[in-house]
Amino acid sequence: MNAAKAPVLRVEHLTMRFGGLVAIDDLSFSAARGDITALIGPNGAGKTTVFNCITGFYKPTEGRIALAHGDGAIWDEVETLTDRGTRSLARGSDALFLLERMPDYLVTQQARVARTFQNIRLFSGMTVFENMLVAQHNMLMVASGYTFLGVFAPHIYGRHEKTAVEKAEHWLEKTHLIDRADDPAGDLPYGAQRRLEIARAMCTDPVLLCLDEPAAGLNPRESQQLNELLLSIRQDHATSILLIEHDMSVVMQISDHVVVLDYGVKISDGTSEAVRNDQKVIAAYLGVEDEEVAKVEAEVGL
Amino acid sequence: MAAAVPDIAVPHDVRPNFARALRDGAITAAIAFALLLPLIGFKTVQNMRNELELETRFPLLLTIVAIITAARFFGLLVIEPWRERRALHPPAPNATLTAAKSAFANWFTPFAIGFVAVYPILVMLLVPQGALKWIDNFGIQILIYVMLGWGLNIVVGLAGLLDLGYVAFYAVGAYSYSLLAKEFGLSFWILLPLAGCLSAFWGILLGFPVLRLRGDYLAIVTLAFGEIIRLILINWVSFTGGYAGISGIPRPTVFGIPFNANEDGFAATFGLEFSPIHRTLFLYYVILALAMVTAYVTIRLRQLPVGRAWEALREDEIACRSLGINTTSTKLTAFAMGAMFAGFAGSFFAARQGFISPESFTFLESATILSIVVLGGMGSMIGVAVAAVAMIGGTEIMRELDFLKYIFGADFDPTQYRMLLFGFAMVLIMIWKPRGLVGTREPSAFLRERRTILGSFVKEGHG
Repeated sequence: MNAAKAPVLRVEHLTMRFGGLVAIDDLSFSAARGDITALIGPNGAGKTTVFNCITGFYKPTEGRIALAHGDGAIWDEVETLTDRGTRSLARGSDALFLLERMPDYLVTQQARVARTFQNIRLFSGMTVFENMLVAQHNMLMVASGYTFLGVFAPHIYGRHEKTAVEKAEHWLEKTHLIDRADDPAGDLPYGAQRRLEIARAMCTDPVLLCLDEPAAGLNPRESQQLNELLLSIRQDHATSILLIEHDMSVVMQISDHVVVLDYGVKISDGTSEAVRNDQKVIAAYLGVEDEEVAKVEAEVGL
Repeated sequence: MAAAVPDIAVPHDVRPNFARALRDGAITAAIAFALLLPLIGFKTVQNMRNELELETRFPLLLTIVAIITAARFFGLLVIEPWRERRALHPPAPNATLTAAKSAFANWFTPFAIGFVAVYPILVMLLVPQGALKWIDNFGIQILIYVMLGWGLNIVVGLAGLLDLGYVAFYAVGAYSYSLLAKEFGLSFWILLPLAGCLSAFWGILLGFPVLRLRGDYLAIVTLAFGEIIRLILINWVSFTGGYAGISGIPRPTVFGIPFNANEDGFAATFGLEFSPIHRTLFLYYVILALAMVTAYVTIRLRQLPVGRAWEALREDEIACRSLGINTTSTKLTAFAMGAMFAGFAGSFFAARQGFISPESFTFLESATILSIVVLGGMGSMIGVAVAAVAMIGGTEIMRELDFLKYIFGADFDPTQYRMLLFGFAMVLIMIWKPRGLVGTREPSAFLRERRTILGSFVKEGHG
């Protein structure tokens, strides 16, 4: 295991069955710390299902999804933790989590995995700023003494609230939403709603940020801005990114590592350059068998 | 304004169309006549020999048909062209009107609180004879419903969980106070928080089974829960007294000083002449204080993470979970908080009445409280308070419509029409303001400036 690029997330033998349908079949991959990992594949390949398993919305039928905080030294303990049957294990400031054992809200609260949704899920009747505060719920909940302190000693709570407001402002500035902070989230244009969802997810201080098609419905200029935002998140914060995307201009420009799924099976895994030239990937996207790729490519003039 | 608009700008069909109005009026008259002839034109009466006889009421029939026709004719000739003209040329926003509206919005709350605080004094000065009735039937009664409305507002308006069994918690509060006060002789002030805690506990008990339910299913289970509590109250006779209820419930005291004519009573202690109005005044200010506490706590909670999480839950539960919010505890706290305020109101209700029975806790009560919340505008404190005044005060005031007897004759009983008028009023308000009296949402926090959020963006939750 390379210490500099230790994985933050390791998915091993993940299988998800819905009745007779095998949505994901024995999928294994890992996402390295500080990398942008893209998960791509044709429609219905099972990408969102992988996301739902990682973020605890689905309980996988089989498999292990492990996430590490810290520099990755704690990966030695992964078998111990698995055998012990508990959800997590801490050693100093490092910690290891088995996400398949955790309910969805704890995946975010303790394992610090944040996500966005393919169909945007904002609190549309609340202002942009309120959306950012809701995202810091757990921190504020402790600060408000589980509400009691907040009701009876508002001034103490006020000090903690200030840090939350500062963080909200920081991310709103970074996503160019600061001028619309007091407008209802439902009133924002589509691209701004996508940015707000990312900003809101970042307010939870994630170790891993899972983005489900963040560029869907964006125009080329907005896609470019999204690329810059994601690159700056990777650079300035200790946040690794896992990304589902159809927009290849986003995937190829910013991903360090690409995993390709087709019918729930991993068909390719490597750098964007390697994946782009993989016959299997081309076949999957064109919808033909491997042997016919050359023929079809010739036909479509590739 | 009208003169400035050139005649050519008004399309031909906007002008009153006399022929069409005449034709439509005739058709309306024919339909009304055909429909109402059997309904109003004839009446069966029993004569002395117990035989049915047919009586005709043609003058009444013709009057009603004439009224309907005239209304249709007038509507087509005057109102419709006016509305179309208005739609073509919307009037410019009137500056004074806008200013008046914002002034009204700014000053309404302090004025309302001030008015409520001095209401009993005003009543005693203005109607010394009927003061007791006005403070009790209007003041206290309305304030109980304001408090219940605000309590249910937490569950339905903020957290978006449709609760049709809210009256169960009101009953738990009332019975807790009555039974504990009678058995152990504990005072009102000790039992008030205790009754609130017990209700909150039952709120959590209800919360657990309905955690996974949404929408209609949630509503049905909460409705069933309300009925279960009521049926237990009816059938567990040895404990609750069944239909007979509980009477002789100890009345609240001013820190041990009772309101009676005895030497250790309130009047004697403070050197006043005994009057039943002392207790009514005291009760009025107690429920006012309780309602104010409810309002303060709700307003505070909305600005705290727990209240914001309730509203976020109403907007999108899945997004809440993706942000690490424990939706289970968020829902349970909403149920518990709502139930707690109902418990306070319930124990106050028992102390005020001195007698309670399951009759006071029927589904109709739940429906009334829910309609107060919906009519007021879900989530709005002011709206709910105004709706409570309109709904409870409105039904009470319709008992006072004796003047209608001079119009419709001595046989006319205005109280009989109470519910009909009431239903009409509700339908009209819901057409005029489909999201309740206050259809906008005030944000719980703001960065630069406070901007009201239009109701169309706000979701209504699972219900």
